[in-house]
Order: sequence, then C-alpha cells, then structure tokens
Amino acid sequence: MNVLSKLARLTFAIVVFAGLVAAQQIGNPTTQEGVIPPRGVFAIRNARIVTVSGADIENGTVVIRDGKIEAVGAAVNVPSGAQTIDGRGLSVYPGMIDAGTNMGLVEVPQGANGTVDLAETGDLNPNAKAIIAVNPHSAHIAVTRVEGITNTVTAPEGGLISGQAALINLLGTSSKEMAVVPNAALVINYPRVTGGGGGFGGFQQQPANLAETLEANAREVERIRKLLRDAEAYGRAQDAYAKDRSLPRPDQNVVLESLVPYVRGEQPVIFRAEREAEIRGAIRFAEEMKLKPIILGGNDAWKVASLLKEKNVPVILTGVFTLPQREDDFYDTLYENPAKLQQAGVRFCISTGDPGAEVRNLPLYAGMAAAYGLSKADALKSVTLYPAQIMNVADRLGSIDVGKMANLVVTDGDLLEIRTHIRYLFIDGRPVVLTSRHTELNDAFKNRR
Amino acid sequence: MRTKLVSIIARSVGSVLLVVMLLASVAQAQRVTSPETLIRNATVLTITHGTLQNTDVLLRDGKIAAIGQNLKASANARVIDGTGKYVMPGIIDCHSHSMLDTINEGTLSVTSMVRTADVLNVTDPDLYRELAGGVTTLNLLHGSANPIGGLNTVVKIKYGRPASEFIFPGAMPGIKFALGENVKQSSRPNTPGVPRRYPNTRMGVEETIRDAFVRARDYKRAWDEYRANAGKDKNLLPPRRDLQPEPLVEVLEGKRYVHAHCYVASEILMLLNLADEFGFKIRTLQHVLEGYKVAKEIAAHGAGASIFADSWGYKIEAYDAIPYNAAILTRAGVVVSMNSDSDERARRLNIEAAKAMHWGDLTEEQALRLVTINPAIQLGIQDRVGSIEVGKDADVAIWNGHPFSVYSRVDTTFIDGTVFFDRQQDLARRPDLLKERATLEQAEPNKPPAQGQSPQSPRRRRPSREDDTIEGEQP
Repeated sequence: MNVLSKLARLTFAIVVFAGLVAAQQIGNPTTQEGVIPPRGVFAIRNARIVTVSGADIENGTVVIRDGKIEAVGAAVNVPSGAQTIDGRGLSVYPGMIDAGTNMGLVEVPQGANGTVDLAETGDLNPNAKAIIAVNPHSAHIAVTRVEGITNTVTAPEGGLISGQAALINLLGTSSKEMAVVPNAALVINYPRVTGGGGGFGGFQQQPANLAETLEANAREVERIRKLLRDAEAYGRAQDAYAKDRSLPRPDQNVVLESLVPYVRGEQPVIFRAEREAEIRGAIRFAEEMKLKPIILGGNDAWKVASLLKEKNVPVILTGVFTLPQREDDFYDTLYENPAKLQQAGVRFCISTGDPGAEVRNLPLYAGMAAAYGLSKADALKSVTLYPAQIMNVADRLGSIDVGKMANLVVTDGDLLEIRTHIRYLFIDGRPVVLTSRHTELNDAFKNRR
Repeated sequence: MRTKLVSIIARSVGSVLLVVMLLASVAQAQRVTSPETLIRNATVLTITHGTLQNTDVLLRDGKIAAIGQNLKASANARVIDGTGKYVMPGIIDCHSHSMLDTINEGTLSVTSMVRTADVLNVTDPDLYRELAGGVTTLNLLHGSANPIGGLNTVVKIKYGRPASEFIFPGAMPGIKFALGENVKQSSRPNTPGVPRRYPNTRMGVEETIRDAFVRARDYKRAWDEYRANAGKDKNLLPPRRDLQPEPLVEVLEGKRYVHAHCYVASEILMLLNLADEFGFKIRTLQHVLEGYKVAKEIAAHGAGASIFADSWGYKIEAYDAIPYNAAILTRAGVVVSMNSDSDERARRLNIEAAKAMHWGDLTEEQALRLVTINPAIQLGIQDRVGSIEVGKDADVAIWNGHPFSVYSRVDTTFIDGTVFFDRQQDLARRPDLLKERATLEQAEPNKPPAQGQSPQSPRRRRPSREDDTIEGEQP
C-alpha cells in the first residue's frame, strides 16, 4: 500500500473516529476500542461499483444510511452531511461470505484446548448452538474481515448431529451484535462410507469390510432418523396442546424443540458429505424426511451433478484447494468442480472450509475456480450472492442493492486477485478500521533495527 | 532336422534383428526426450534480468540456449507460440515431503544417520500435480520430530523416470534440524510407565544439539589426528566409524547445509548463537514464523528464511505469525523463500509468492524471487536453476497469464528441456484413461460386492499435509 492510500485511510479513520482513542493493544486487538464504530451517512463517490446482482456501474455512487444501502447508481446525489469517500480508481464490491467455517469457535486448535469450542461430546447435539460460543474477540475475526470477508457461517463440528450454525457479521463485541441469523442451519455429518475424506486423512483404520461399514452407517442414519421423527411428533404434540389446553401438557424437551423448524422444512439442514455415496445418501435421507438440504464439502459433487440439479440441492464447496481424493483423479478435478456444477445448473457457492485462520484466502479459492473454467463473474458470485442465496439471506446480503445491509468492500482492483488491497470496509453500515492482530504485530516490529 | 535347425537359426537371427531394432528405437526415444524447443514472443520473467516483453526462449540440449528476439531454431525444433503467455523459471519448493514414503525417524533425539534418499517413491501422483503448478525442484526434508533429524534430498520432479534421475546433481547436501513444540512433543499425551523422550523443553533442545556437536567435534578431532599421523605410524588404528556424527562433521566443515525448523524468536536466537559458537552456519531457518521479530539477528548470521506466506494460529507457537514476515525479513537483507511443506500447497506456490505483494508490498521482482532464485541460493543450486539465463538448465514453465494472477494456470512445464507436464496432452489423454478405468472396474476382482456400494477407491498413502504444521499428523 502506498503512502497516499495510507494517508487517505488514516484521514478517513480520523474523520470517522474523531474523539475515540486510536491506540489498540496487541493483546486485544479485535475490538474497535471496545465499541463498534457508529453507523451514519456515508457516500462512496466516483467509484466502479460491482453490484454483482446487475451490471457494473463504471462511475457511480453508493449511499449508506443507518446500516443500509440507501442508493446506488451513476446519477445518485450525495446527501448533505454525508461523510464521503473519493472512490476514483477504486471499486466497490459486496462483502464476501464464507458459508463453511468454524469462525470464532476455535482460536488455537493445538496446545490450547481451552480455546476450542468446536464439538460437543456425544453424537446427537441439535441444541448445541454456535452463536452461544462464538468469540467476538477472536483474532481470526479482524484478520479475516480486513481482507474483505464480511460474513461467515460458523458451524459446530463432531458427532452425527453437530448442532446449529450461525450466520454472523465479522464485527461486533457480542454475539448478539454479530448475529445475522443466529440459528441459520442444522448441521448433520452424514455417515462416511470410508474412513477418509476430511480433516487429517490418511491414517484411519481400514474398515473391517465394506458390508459391515455400510451396516454401521445404516445404524447411524437410523439414530438420526429416529430423533428427527421424535421431533416431528413433539412439534405436533406441542401444536395440539397450544390449540386445545384440555389435552395433557407435553413436557418440554429442549433437544426436540430445537429440531422442530428443521424437520418442518422451515430452516435448512447442512449435510457434511464429500463422496458420491455420501452425497446421494444425504439427498435420499433429506427427501425421505422432507428436509431442506444443503451439501457442505461436496468434493464428489461433480459426479452427482444431475441429481443435485434435479432435486435442487445446493452445495457449499470447500475443496477447491484440496488434493484430489483418488490417486487417478485428474490433477484439476477439484479446481474444476465449481465450473462443472455451474455448467450442470447446480446451485453452489465456494468456501474455504477452514476453521478460521485461513478463511481470509476465500477470494483465492474462487479465483482458482475461474482459472479452471468458471467465469470470473460466477467466481465472484460464488463468494457473494450465491452463498447469500443458499443461506436464504439474499434479501440482506450478497450484492449491492438498495435496502440491503451495507456490507461493502472498497478495493484498488479485482476483489479476487492476490495483489489487490482492501482500502475501506463497511459492515452493517459501520466503517471498520483496517487493523488486525497481524497489522499490529507488523507495526510493532517492522521498524526494529 | 536340418530344416528345423535352419528355422531355429532364422528365428534367432530374427530375434537378434528385433533386439537391434528395439535398441535403435530406444536410442531414438532417448534422443527425442530432449528435443529443441523454441518459445516465441512470450513475456519472460527472467527473475535476475527483469521482465522481457515479446521475447523468444530457445531450449536446446537440456539448457537455455538463447534468449532474445527472432531467434532461429533448427528445422526439427518444436515451436510454441508464446503470444500472451508468460515464461517463468521452474518453481523451487525449499520444504517438501513429497515422494517420501516415510518422513520421521523420531525414536531418537538425534537421527543424523538416516537419509530421505532411501525412501523415494517415484510413483507419488502428487509429483505430477506439482508439475502442473509449474514446480520443478523440491527440497525433500526429513520431518521435525527431533532436534537433529535425517539428511535431505534435492530432486528435480522427473515424474516417470527412475529415482536415480530425480537426484539434483551437485546440490549441496543438507540436514534437517528442528526446534520447538514438535521436538519437545508438547501435544503428545503421557503414557503411564513410558518415559517421555528427551528433550521435553526448549532448554533440553539446546542441550541436545550442543551435546551432539561436542561429540561431533571430538569425532572430527579423532579423525583429523588419525589422518595427520597415519602416514608416520603404520600401526595406528583408525577411529571407529560412527554414522551419527559424520554428517555433523560435514556441517562443521561447511560441507553440509543445515535446514532448521523453528517458530519462536527465542529458539531462533538460541540456534543462531549455538551455531556461531561452534563456527558453522544455518543455511535456512524453515518456517521461522517469528523471524520478523529477530530479522536483524538472522541477517547478521547470514541465515536464509524459508517460510509460509500466511499460515498462522494452528498451534501456540504459530499464534504470532504474520503474513508480513516475508517483507520484513527481505528488507532486513535476509534471503527469503516461500515453501509449501504440503503436497497441496506446493501446487500453487505462485500464489503464495504473490501474497508478499499483498501483505508487505514487496515489488513484483522481490516476490518472484521467493520461489525461484532465492530457494536456489538456499540449496546451493543457483548456478543451475532459479532464473532464465543462457546456460542454465531448461527448467521453465509456460503460464497462460501472469503467474501472480489467481486466474492463471500452467500450460507446459519443462525440466532439462523435456516436457514433464503439458495441459493439452493431459486433456487429450483423458478419454483413454476413463475408458481404461471403466475396463478395470468391470474386471472380476474389482466388481462390486453382492450388496450395495462399489468397492473402495484407492486411498491416500499418507496425509497430504506433512508433520511440520500439525504435530498430530506425525507418522
């Protein structure tokens, strides 16, 4: 970043944060002086506006008021009193969304178990809610947002039913301030056909034999099925009692209660599934149980494309930067996965699938997909509008349209390119200082002589 | 009888003829393997002499024969239109465990007697995937399980050739050292009744390395004295050979490079001080995530740094890692390279290098050096590879766009002038490979069992991310 842009950034920061203490401590760098920056009226002028939902506006203005996008276009007046950003030479994009992370649930995965709130004990934990444990002060959050990623889906891990994922803004000093959809999806680990697939891979015990593995998997699916059926019955009983108080009062059960919106198809269920058989199994199970499925992972989704299209099941692809799973897979099998789904008309988005630290590389995952067949426009959508649509928040996020939440990124170039710098960032209409644990450690040591 | 004899003779002659013809065709094939190639009108990232527009590069006899405009090639040379394309030196990965069937001999604290060269697996498909990312040279390192690990091997990725042809001729021999959490086994649970391996602290790591070098110094003295006096006293017995200190003697004599895995500032300084005291150099600090905190001390010692672009936070000793490490170290005068330590990441080291422009604002030339000439210097092969210069090995890749653009990919990768990856050839081969796979699946032993699913696909032999990032993955 050149001196001028630093100066511009600094000036902007001073204007916006006049009166606030500027210094941040390395030990606790992710809060903005302990308060989130105030909303207000802002206008980004003379910028290239990449709306994503419609055509690019080569020289336009975006007006932000009270957290929302108030106006966008080539001939938009700047309201009086608005704080303005000169956007000449800059581009405005919607913030990126990673729909497959554990952001805020784990700080240091190894050697610091106290910072890990990833997976509950036991197999069936539908009422383990990510929004409860997400740490707003995790260093991962600021490190990620300063790269233009404004939202993540934060999902718990482990067991068969891991719990409920949250869709959050990467800004806030409490989970309430961060939540966009506090309980956005139920997360189910569809039983794996083989030991491999995710995580550390490679050293799992070979299953005794295939038939036994399949039987064990069927038993696990049956456990999930039974719990979901119980939740259906529980929901019916509660409804009946609500209508007719003369009926015996059903006991409240927090586990079953948390499942009711999912078994009724009101809320999506995320199935972690990589291999073809797992994806097919998850789709079959979701259809049987009348759930609203989303596949998370999807390394073999290209093999199941026609079924995914037919059943209108979307996929959150986390494997663009994963080595092909079979030794005879083509070298670009997973680079090409998004392009193949796009060609087949399958709804998909691209995710890092990373717990937190490397979520900031999200634009590179999308860019790599574009190097291998996806159009650049679709690559951009795959980390903005597509995840918003899949997570059912396209009315609020994913593009630059009037009325949407003002989650905006101002760059000096193509959002997905490696060398591009983020120059300004708005989350929920709040101007965010572009500092993180990493910029602060850099500032602390770069001039040591 | 007679006719039979004649027919036997005739058949023998025929066989001999056949053999002669076969030998001739093999000779032909060998000649064809290093053909002349002229890349015309490309953008050439020379690394050492800037970026040349609309430039030709001639590859002949395994070397870069000429760089310039309107170059002439012989009549049978392959001519590639490089218009709109970029030619970059083959990428050098200074920290790899690809093609190693095992990584760690972790049973002892000092295992300088083991060699990665003994466990090369040339059939590792990840080698091909790395070629497809424009990578041509790997520094195959022992793992980080112990303070002094095994010996490294520098290879060119001559996928499809025997192991002996992989070995990079003339590369400086090296050895792996390691410090910190992996070495002290801090994530390994205690097992009742089983003593923990020494060392258990960063203090013990220092002592282990010091002790090894004290012993190596004595061993060297014993041999030096023997050699000095062997001519005078014919009855003098040579010292007993010991394979453990031998490589450390080579380190003391400057004949073997030390590649030292390290993370935090204190242990980095510890190793540099210890090396200064014993009078040897650390060639590269590997990972060296907190190098930016002690950049001037690293520069003063003369150590190189081989780092990740932006990995951080995966364990406690990685919590202070920042993506500005490359920039701070480079500006302090340290020779820096970006490595993978991962078969996956190795496929996109161009992206990792470009990140140094995003974080820390290195110039394009500085960033390009991170995966080319700088790792070549760190491995002592800078006269052979790492830049596009006349006389250097013809290890180059043709990219369909600037290698620092995320939208770019590799068209063709050459090693010693021979094509080892070509995207068009790869695409053309696919229908046949799919057909072959389908045939194999129909073969009796591969048919699905009576019920349900198809048989398991081959699984990975070993994890793709090797030991240095996550201790729990250590084999």
